[in-house]
Amino acid sequence: MKEEKIIKQVSVFVENKPGRLAAVTEKLYEKGINIRAFTIAEAGDFGIIRMVVDKTDEAYKVLKDAGFTVSLTNVLGVEVKDEPGGLYSIAKALGSANINIEYVYAFTFGKDKALIILRVDDIEKAIEILEKENVLFKGKVD
Amino acid sequence: MYSDKYWQKEEVLPKKELEDLQLKRLKWVVRHAYDNVAFFRQRFKERGVHPDDIRKREDITKLPFTTKEDFKVNYPFGLFAVPKQKIIRIHTSSGTSGKPKVVGYTARDLENWINMVARCMYMVGVRSKDVFQNMVSYTFFTGGLGFHYAAERIGAMVVPAGTGNTERQIRYMIDFGTTVIHATPSYAMHIKEVAESLKIKPDETGLRIGCFGAEPWSNNTRKRLEDAFNIKAFDSYGLSEMNGPGVAFECEEQNGLHIWADHYFIEIVDKNGEAVSEGEKGELVLTPLTKEALPLIRYKTGDVTFVMDDECSCGRTHPKIHRILGRADDMIVVRGINVFPSQIEHVLMQIPEVGDHFQVLITRNGSLDEITVKVEMRDEAFTGELSDFKRIQSKVQRELYKELGLRTNVELVERGTIERFVLKAKRVVDLRDEI
Repeated sequence: MKEEKIIKQVSVFVENKPGRLAAVTEKLYEKGINIRAFTIAEAGDFGIIRMVVDKTDEAYKVLKDAGFTVSLTNVLGVEVKDEPGGLYSIAKALGSANINIEYVYAFTFGKDKALIILRVDDIEKAIEILEKENVLFKGKVD
Repeated sequence: MYSDKYWQKEEVLPKKELEDLQLKRLKWVVRHAYDNVAFFRQRFKERGVHPDDIRKREDITKLPFTTKEDFKVNYPFGLFAVPKQKIIRIHTSSGTSGKPKVVGYTARDLENWINMVARCMYMVGVRSKDVFQNMVSYTFFTGGLGFHYAAERIGAMVVPAGTGNTERQIRYMIDFGTTVIHATPSYAMHIKEVAESLKIKPDETGLRIGCFGAEPWSNNTRKRLEDAFNIKAFDSYGLSEMNGPGVAFECEEQNGLHIWADHYFIEIVDKNGEAVSEGEKGELVLTPLTKEALPLIRYKTGDVTFVMDDECSCGRTHPKIHRILGRADDMIVVRGINVFPSQIEHVLMQIPEVGDHFQVLITRNGSLDEITVKVEMRDEAFTGELSDFKRIQSKVQRELYKELGLRTNVELVERGTIERFVLKAKRVVDLRDEI
């Protein structure tokens, strides 16, 4: 059951230079893959494109075949209302349980909802906390 | 063939007989060069030495060296010792300042050369039942035709594949049942990558022997090649000026290369041209003892190695040289420290997180030399975290420091962005201005 609570994030290694993001997203576009949430972590000459997409396995394969260095990372999704205090309550709950958030990014969807993508150091414990808070996103991102 | 183990009986000639033969042939080649090449006659006279002065093997040190520069001055045929109509083939290789080195062969030279390469191939187990795919250039480069004729002589079925069109190479390998390949190590690694992208397992192609040469490679690369293709990989050494491949080759021990002493006189010298002590490393100097067309006297190969003195279990009496450690002129001096690209390769191949390809850039920042090593990260090492980079960079830096005693910058680049070289890998780019 735990598997369904975990979202697979696609992480792609790219050099920090013009045209690399275009090269990655072109491959996804060609396969009709939709990016739902997206962020870039950069460290000088290179970076990591991180994204949650609707067809994860297909995205992984098409990027790998195109020669990119790709990996799938376990992240959690949290569904909150798009209003003040949404992130605060979650961060507080995780902080109190001594769970470290390594990175986080978010997107809004529907009329008044936000989906927050979280990468934590202790994913099992985080699931427990977030389920208690009744905010853990379950189901498919599409 | 001489036996089921040796191609020619000279391979097991008793040491004393081998040395006597060397002296006899040394006298001949010195006389031949003096009588027939104005350049050598002039050099001998300048040095006050005459062919009659060669009475014992040690007398070779009285003779002047020949260098790559001498090819430039004598371009194209000035070093040939026979009239042009006796030359039946030439090859060329890139030389200094844009002038290629032109090497020539008489009919007898070719015959000797074919048999030397055949000795090597036979030594590593190539037999008439084998299918030999020769994946190096067939034109001016000596590696193509050199191996081709030797494999034919043994009676193997030769696939003259040449370079490039890697997908087709792989298809032929499977369709023709190739059992032996000859390639540069970097091209072989490229073949492995292409095969995998075609969902072909390189270790299930039925290959059993790989001959690799024309660029320096390490024991770690050997391990990778052997694992990737499920073969035994052997180091091949040669240079156009000494016919081409077939000068020296590893036997089944894979520990040092037998150098054919009945055809080449071997010396190892230091920077000043003095003989090094036994077992010391230095520049390999060769004198071809049977070469009619191009009797190069004491030719400085530019390759750094040492002579291994132990007897070999394979029974061959010819001395062994260590695999080439680097090129005397490839050696780069960075912040006063001597660095060979092969050292860098050696370090990188031991780090599982980095790929098979790398490039070294040398720049000068103010008055300080900097080395930047570009490496490709292996897919398995990427977990999607920024800390991956830091970890790998520090590890590569630390390992390089241990080997070279130099701080380096390590850049991670995307897979496939470091150019793959088919012929010889240009792995070091020196961007420093001349001082």
